[in-house]
Amino acid sequence: MIAGYLKRLGEDLRKDWQLYLLILPMLLWIVLFLYKPMEGLQIAFKDFSPFRGIAGSPWVGLENFRTLLGDQIFIRAFVNTITISGLGLIFAFPVPIVLAIMFNELQSELGRRFSQTIVYLPHFISVVIVAGIVINLLSPTTGVVNLILSSLGLDRVYFLTQPEWFRTIFIGSNVWKEAGFESIVYLAAIAGISPTLYESARVDGASRWQMMWRITLPCILPTIIIMLIIRIGNLVEVGFEYIILLYQPATYRTADVVSTYVYRTGLQGTQYDLATAAGLFNAVIAFALVFAANRISRKVSTTSLW
Amino acid sequence: MASFNLYSRGDRIFGYANATLIGLFVLSTLYPFIYILSVSISSGAAVTSGQVVLLPKDLTLAAYEFVLSDRLFWIAYGNTFIYTFGGTAVSLAIMIPGAYALSRARLRGRKILNLMVAFTLWFNAGMIPFFLNMRDLGLLDSRFGIIIGFACNAFNVILLRNFFEAVPKSFEEAAKMDGASEFQLLWKVFIPLSKPAIITVALFCIVSRWNSYFWAMVLLRGEEKIPLQLYLKRIIVDLTANDEFASSLLTSRYSFETVTAAIMIASIIPVLLIYPSIQKYFNRGITLGGVKE
Repeated sequence: MIAGYLKRLGEDLRKDWQLYLLILPMLLWIVLFLYKPMEGLQIAFKDFSPFRGIAGSPWVGLENFRTLLGDQIFIRAFVNTITISGLGLIFAFPVPIVLAIMFNELQSELGRRFSQTIVYLPHFISVVIVAGIVINLLSPTTGVVNLILSSLGLDRVYFLTQPEWFRTIFIGSNVWKEAGFESIVYLAAIAGISPTLYESARVDGASRWQMMWRITLPCILPTIIIMLIIRIGNLVEVGFEYIILLYQPATYRTADVVSTYVYRTGLQGTQYDLATAAGLFNAVIAFALVFAANRISRKVSTTSLW
Repeated sequence: MASFNLYSRGDRIFGYANATLIGLFVLSTLYPFIYILSVSISSGAAVTSGQVVLLPKDLTLAAYEFVLSDRLFWIAYGNTFIYTFGGTAVSLAIMIPGAYALSRARLRGRKILNLMVAFTLWFNAGMIPFFLNMRDLGLLDSRFGIIIGFACNAFNVILLRNFFEAVPKSFEEAAKMDGASEFQLLWKVFIPLSKPAIITVALFCIVSRWNSYFWAMVLLRGEEKIPLQLYLKRIIVDLTANDEFASSLLTSRYSFETVTAAIMIASIIPVLLIYPSIQKYFNRGITLGGVKE
């Protein structure tokens, strides 16, 4: 069987060698940069030392995972990850939906195009700049927020050093950066609603407010549900590249997430085995969540075509 | 809409309220940009004494003069250009032929290859194994490592592949009749026909390359190779705590705040320049990317 397959493959290679030549660089790249690193996942189960290398380091079974689960800092990072994602789900997730509906209700075509152009823009700005803006605006001495506080006779607050403020700042600035851009998906869904629905509602004397609640919102509900499921699938993924820029030891209590924990213990602290185990722990949960979400989404998206 | 007068009074109030709310959202999106711009062209003294809230005070370009005379700023800017355009060129050179081959039905093992690509959307080895792999490949502290290590991405490959698959068969058959090779077919038929998808992917690559800092921070050692975002990060984030440096920057003409604001503006400008073309192509790209694997 295998010999037959190889023979056919050989014939194909000769006949279609150009096609195989075209895919070769990408195939090499995928193997070298995406699959070869997976070999390194073994160190999650080893007592890894860079000098002995991956193969030379002894196996320790689940020891690293046991250490992790006994580590208060790791547990805290895991809880923080879920908390930040969960709060994002509650407070950030609805914003692009509301925005899309509001854009749709805007009468002036010019005004709509202008405001969309503006609110999509922050998506294309780097997290470093966004962090810089946040640091500037919240600066205890020259930041606008504190200038306002002190002009109202209130005490200045050094927001970025206060654990209680971290989540608000993180989620708030993420809404500023992404909500506009995320509204595109819902706008596309709204664009797909048949105009006859609105026309007949108008004939029946419906107000715009009623049409918004009774037509627009129900019609984009399937899209909302699918986006929600995708979001739940990504529950253990947070924008750690942004967190690294904003957090500091004073705020670790609420700001430290699994990925930042991996970064600190692994890349800054060179405890490669422990950090890999932490990353793998997260990746497996993420994969399971995405997989489950995918299944539910398939069900919902077929049943929601009523 | 010509039927504006048909709206009842309640509808009109609704419309005004809605427009006002959108206006507020637009303003709050714009405000941080305006603020940073104002800070960057105000005098250091005005900013540190808290006089700049919306509009600039004591107009001056001192902060820009300071930034533009910093050797490291230019090195970082140049590096970012190399990483952005070199990286995008390499990405396209690898992904376009690969996606094209994946779109051909007679490619043997196509199913497995497609699955290999899609799997990486959901699972990857993670930070540490990726880092160790780069180290093993000798790609630490190397410009080439930054360019090649992040060349492909499953999302873009799938987007291109779907687009190639949608090219009508008749084009291919006509070219085949003329005896075109696969290379000619790709170069003369598929690439010209898929321009919107290719431009979309190129823009995705450009924006993500321009904005990325994390792996440059992890992989690069020396100052000579760092991209602009890392330079920014070192100044804005790492030095904020370092009061000594911050106060050393303080003169009456510029201050730490005006200098960092000027760097931010300098790094946003290229994004603003390509933003119109992004607007044109991204919407299409988003809908393209929504197609199932």
